[in-house]
Amino acid sequence: MNALKKYLGVVWMLLGPIIIMFLFMQAIEKIGLAAEGIARTNTTLQWSIIILIFIPICAGLVIFGYYGWKGEYEKLPGSSADL
Amino acid sequence: MQSTDKNVTQSITQVIAASSLGTLIEWYDFYIFGSLAVIIGQQLFPSDAGASALINTLAIFAAGFIVRPFGALVFGRLGDLIGRKYTFLLTLVLMGGSTFLIGLIPSYSSIGYAAPILVLILRLVQGLALGGEYGGAATYVAEHAPVGRRGFFTSWIQTTATLGLFLSLGVIVLTKNMLGAEAFADWGWRIPFLVSILLVGVSIYIRMKMHESPVFTKLKAEGKVSTNPLKESFQKKANFKMVLLALFGATMGQGVIWYTGQFYAQSFLENTCKLDFNESRYVLLWAILFATPFFVVFGSWSDKVGRKWIMLTGMLLGVICYRPIYQYFIDATNVKEFQKTELKSASDPVVERTLLNDTKDSLITTTVFKTLNNGMTFKEAKVVIIPDDVLAPLPEPQTVIKDVTLSGSSYIIIIALVFFQVLLVTMVYGPIAAFLVELFPTKIRYTSMSLPYHIGNGVFGGLVPFIATLVASFSGSTPLSGLWYPIGIAALSFVIGAVYINNKGDENVAD
Repeated sequence: MNALKKYLGVVWMLLGPIIIMFLFMQAIEKIGLAAEGIARTNTTLQWSIIILIFIPICAGLVIFGYYGWKGEYEKLPGSSADL
Repeated sequence: MQSTDKNVTQSITQVIAASSLGTLIEWYDFYIFGSLAVIIGQQLFPSDAGASALINTLAIFAAGFIVRPFGALVFGRLGDLIGRKYTFLLTLVLMGGSTFLIGLIPSYSSIGYAAPILVLILRLVQGLALGGEYGGAATYVAEHAPVGRRGFFTSWIQTTATLGLFLSLGVIVLTKNMLGAEAFADWGWRIPFLVSILLVGVSIYIRMKMHESPVFTKLKAEGKVSTNPLKESFQKKANFKMVLLALFGATMGQGVIWYTGQFYAQSFLENTCKLDFNESRYVLLWAILFATPFFVVFGSWSDKVGRKWIMLTGMLLGVICYRPIYQYFIDATNVKEFQKTELKSASDPVVERTLLNDTKDSLITTTVFKTLNNGMTFKEAKVVIIPDDVLAPLPEPQTVIKDVTLSGSSYIIIIALVFFQVLLVTMVYGPIAAFLVELFPTKIRYTSMSLPYHIGNGVFGGLVPFIATLVASFSGSTPLSGLWYPIGIAALSFVIGAVYINNKGDENVAD
């Protein structure tokens, strides 16, 4: 199980940037498709908010993967004293 | 001994009642805006698209999910510094006050753009308050609950989000039926907002009489309260890695299961399956009514078998069952196909002709009310645009199906399938408060558990409608394509939870 935790860590580290790239590509496409005027402004606003929110979340996923890779989750704390 | 047990139980009952009532009212306050968004838009926003459309988008989109994690940080920090009781009392006042004020805002025709701007400000306050409320209530109850029954006691808090939705739908339907659609749209929509102040007043009174959590009181007496809970929660690696684990291994999956079962199902039935407005809401009301007790069942069960596998089973069942369930929704409401063999009667056509804005073209709508042999009814509207230019070619008429009502058997099956989805919600959501509370130490618990909860629930869950609609807009997509978002997130969370989380949590929450 510890080996699985470790190797899956690499998957999570890769997944973070992939998601952000996908979101950027989608944002560019969908903003381009939106009608000129208020509809485009709204679409741009929504996508900007989504990307801004997901950048730290994806960074968190990369850090989570890094911790997994480094074996930080091999033994979880048994009590709060271990934290 | 029996007497002592009885006193403890009574005390915890009061704690649960005070916490749950307040949290229920906060959810009620939060939901009524969403349910009445169309009417509020007509009253408080100008009819032409402009700056108000942006404010409207922000008010619904931003406060719905973006602001909640910030509320979790602000009020979580306060809760770990000054205590649980006063913090979640403050969130209740802020939430109740802003809801009441939304009910008082003059219409756009009276005060112009001040109306939508005030709505936006009050919505942001609501979002912040909601972000701070849940962590406080869950922590407060958990810190009163005896060892071995924490899942059971905190599960009462878990019922409140669903009951808040139930109450908001119920009050709106009741008010609308009592006043009539016209008066409700004109001024009656304010009543659900204004009524909430009475409920908030009662809740504040009850909460004021409660004492601070004994665990936090002890910590404070010993001078061990955290001086900087944010720093300790997110800069200390040992704790931060647990915050990440809670988010990716539990709350992220819980959020998408929660929103899919309770919101996407109803919106799918209404928008994709064209179910009648009331019918789609009654389906959800019945499903919620039958499923709500299971929050307590699964919360209690998690005390015996552990939290992890109950939550993960809920996610896995969602991953496996969502597509067949939604396929049934489509098949059972496919009246276009049914009418080829099942058409029983059709009313006389009603023809309406309207002039289109900004052109001299006109729109002719021919509506027929149809009944099928299997008991289903629906409206079929043929819409055609007649160009002003008599030489221009006539466009093909478009057929629109609307207001589908179900027959007895398919109505019951659809309620059962929505019930099953809400049952999955109870599996992932019932034990999660106890799970989160047990993951973090007392001095930073409020802060540490609130953020992953609100990112999981508010961001991942709150984005279900937006991302599902987005995925459904991809080329080659089908009406079921939107489900790939909750399925993918739930599957990811299931794998992370299964591999990384321990089934046995820390029983001691007093440290």
